[in-house]
Formats: sequence, C-alpha cells, structure tokens
Amino acid sequence: MSIKAVISVIMYILLAPVAGGLMEGLDRKLSARMQGRIGPPILQPFYDLRKLMNKQVISVSVLQSSLLLCYLALMIFTGAIFFAGSDILMCLFVLTTASTFMYFAAVVTSSPYNTIASSRELIQIMTYEPAVLMAGVGFYLVAGTFSVAKIASSSTVMLTRMPGLFASFVLILLIKMRKSPFDVSTSHHAHQELVMGVKTEMGAQNLAIFTITEWYENAFLMGIVALFVVTSNPLSFVGAALLCAAVFFFLVLADNACARVKWGQMLKMTWLFTFFASGVNLLILMLIR
Amino acid sequence: MGKVKKSPWVLHYDGSSCNGCDIEVLACLTPVYDAERFGIINTGDPLQADIFLITGGINTQNKAVVEQLYDQMPRPKVVVAVGTCACTGGIFKECYNILGGADTTVPVDIYVPGCAARPQAIIDGLIQAIELFQKRSDKHDKIERRHKEEEERKAHDKVSGK
Repeated sequence: MSIKAVISVIMYILLAPVAGGLMEGLDRKLSARMQGRIGPPILQPFYDLRKLMNKQVISVSVLQSSLLLCYLALMIFTGAIFFAGSDILMCLFVLTTASTFMYFAAVVTSSPYNTIASSRELIQIMTYEPAVLMAGVGFYLVAGTFSVAKIASSSTVMLTRMPGLFASFVLILLIKMRKSPFDVSTSHHAHQELVMGVKTEMGAQNLAIFTITEWYENAFLMGIVALFVVTSNPLSFVGAALLCAAVFFFLVLADNACARVKWGQMLKMTWLFTFFASGVNLLILMLIR
Repeated sequence: MGKVKKSPWVLHYDGSSCNGCDIEVLACLTPVYDAERFGIINTGDPLQADIFLITGGINTQNKAVVEQLYDQMPRPKVVVAVGTCACTGGIFKECYNILGGADTTVPVDIYVPGCAARPQAIIDGLIQAIELFQKRSDKHDKIERRHKEEEERKAHDKVSGK
C-alpha cells in the first residue's frame, strides 16, 4: 500500500463522520426550506449526537451494542477498502456484510416493530443489491479492472459510458440513504406505523453508534458517485463535487416530494428500472467492446 | 458535562384529549411556528425521547400506558402537561372514568394551560422544559460521576486491604 493510500484511508476515517454529519444537517436545513420553514442549525446532527452520548443507556438486548459496533467497524472497513484504491467488488461485498449486522442488531431485540422493520431491511438489501453489483461490473467493463485506484486514474469519464448504471445507482441511493419513497424500514422523520423502524429499540449511545455508521456510509456512497466522474485529470474532482451536490439535491427533493411506497412497489419499481437501465447499459458495454 | 438543551426530542401522547390540543401541538411543527429551529423533533419513540408531552386527562384505561411510556424514557427527562385537561382534568374532571390531570400518574414539571393551549404557549412551555432538561442533565452527570468515584474508592480500598 502506498503512502497516498494510507493518507486517504486516515482522512476517510477522520473526516467521513464530519462530512456525513454536515450532509445530514444540510439535508434537514434544505428540507425545512423546501417546506417553507426556517429549520434547525446546520450543526444540529452533532448536537443530537452529543445529547445521545449524555443519556442513560437502556439496552433491550445485551447483544445489541456489540452488533452495532460490528456494523460500525465493517462500515469503516468498507470505506477504507474503497479509499485505499483497492478492489471495488470486495468493497461492495463488505458493505452487504455490514448491512447484515445492522439487520441482526435490529432483529435481536424481538420487538414487534423491529421484527417487521428488519424483515423490510432484508427486502431493501435484496432490492438494491443488483444495481450495486451491476455498477461494479460496469466499472470493470469500461476500465478493464476492479481496482478503484486504476478506475479513478483512467482517461475516460465513466459517466459517459455508463449513464444507465449511474441512473439506477442514484435510484438505489434513495434506499441506502433512507429517503422517501423508499424509506420502508426506517426514516429520519416521524415514522408512525413502525415507530422508528429498525431504530425503535435503540436509545442513547446505541443510537449514536448507528447514526455515526450512517454518516460513514453516506460519505462512502458519495465517494462511489464521485468515482463515476473522477479521471486522471485533476479538474475532474471539481466535476465530481458538482455531481455529488446535484445527486444530494435530487435525493432531498425526492424525499420531500414523494410519499413512502409499500415494499412490494419498491421492489418492483427498483428491479424493473435496474433491469432496463443497467441491463441495457451492460449489454451495450459488452457488445461494443 | 455536555450541553444537551440544543437537542430536545419530544414524545407526544394523547390521553383523553378532545384533539384540540393535539392539533395545536402539531401546529407548532408547521412553517408558521417551526419548533424544529430549536432542534425539537417529534419522535414517537420513548427510548429516544427527552420531553414527555401529554395532552388530555388520564383515564382508567390509559393510566398504565402513560406509566409505561414514562418508565421507558431514559434519564434525564422532563414531563410537560399541555392544555387544561392535562393540567387538572378540565371539563372532564367529574367523569366516572377520569382520574384527573397528568400529575395523578406521572410527575409533571411544566403546566401549559389553555383550552386549547395556543402554539405560542406550547412553545413557551417547551422552552422552559428545555432549560429544566439541561439542569437535570447536569445533575444526572454529577450523580453518575459520584457513583464512579465511589466505586473507584471501593476498588482502591479492596486492593489496599482496608
């Protein structure tokens, strides 16, 4: 591993929670403005985190904290693989393993809300996985390698060769970042029919760990979005930042403009879109090469 | 230790309210009043709540529910009774099934009168609750610290054979 890779991994571990927290703060502010409200301060997610660390810990299950810590560790590991410039396919597999720990952390409490929400979480994983894997394969077909470092230093802008794969990746970001219309297992807003979904039995420090993990995850996902644009040209980083901002704005807009759908509709819509957009894109890539 | 008053999360429970106060509580979250600018979130999950907001009187059927919700909230916590019914039992006070205000079941800290309580009054009550929440949090930290110090002293005494 080169020194550059070590530095970017350390930067990821230190800065990803800050970026993720700011993203959430910006999200809440932007949502409030879209609804004609003033909204909380941008740093509100950090205030929430500090509060959560100061509350009495009530654990429904002894296993929950350790499972959540595994979730956090695996999520950091996922990001580390990615920002070290290593194998993107490996990275996506570790991401799924992390999500599985999230499922276990929810289901271990055996509360009825958590049981329903965690089965929905599994359906969510099933729903977004094809699009994620196809994006990985797409990178391979265009760049001829799974290595993130080599993909990022190629001369072609990936987005021009894989627009369909990008579109379905943005669609599944709605699921991954728990935005309407696909926030079926939990959401950032009051979620009355399942209380707080998978987060229902998490309080105080446990919820804090969950929140930090989500921040790591969101920062990592934005990294993948950036990978669609980054090339050997240093100017491409500006393009990547712009693309990330545009995608983020789209996610917040969709969150505010859509009502939540049922899990069946989510599965159908996402798979159909992935099948056509990603599938056709992959077919073209394979035939033209 | 930390400043917790910037992030008060509210759990709203409707006792036997006529829904007048509940609508006013929800009005606090709308663009006109926007309680979220103080970091207030309407959570619906007792495990994540800091302020317990009760509207309506307590009746024989929901007494157990209110007690359980209060017990499920982690310390430090504050209870706010919103509306005349939650404060005293109000117009329903003499009914055969009504026990009275929220303070018949859980220790109420802040009373917000009104039938229905106005959003301005509710937000004022919440701001007072937030200050109390910060005070309780400081106290909670002090007690925790004392417990820790005592435990350390005990462990030290054990080692030194006293």
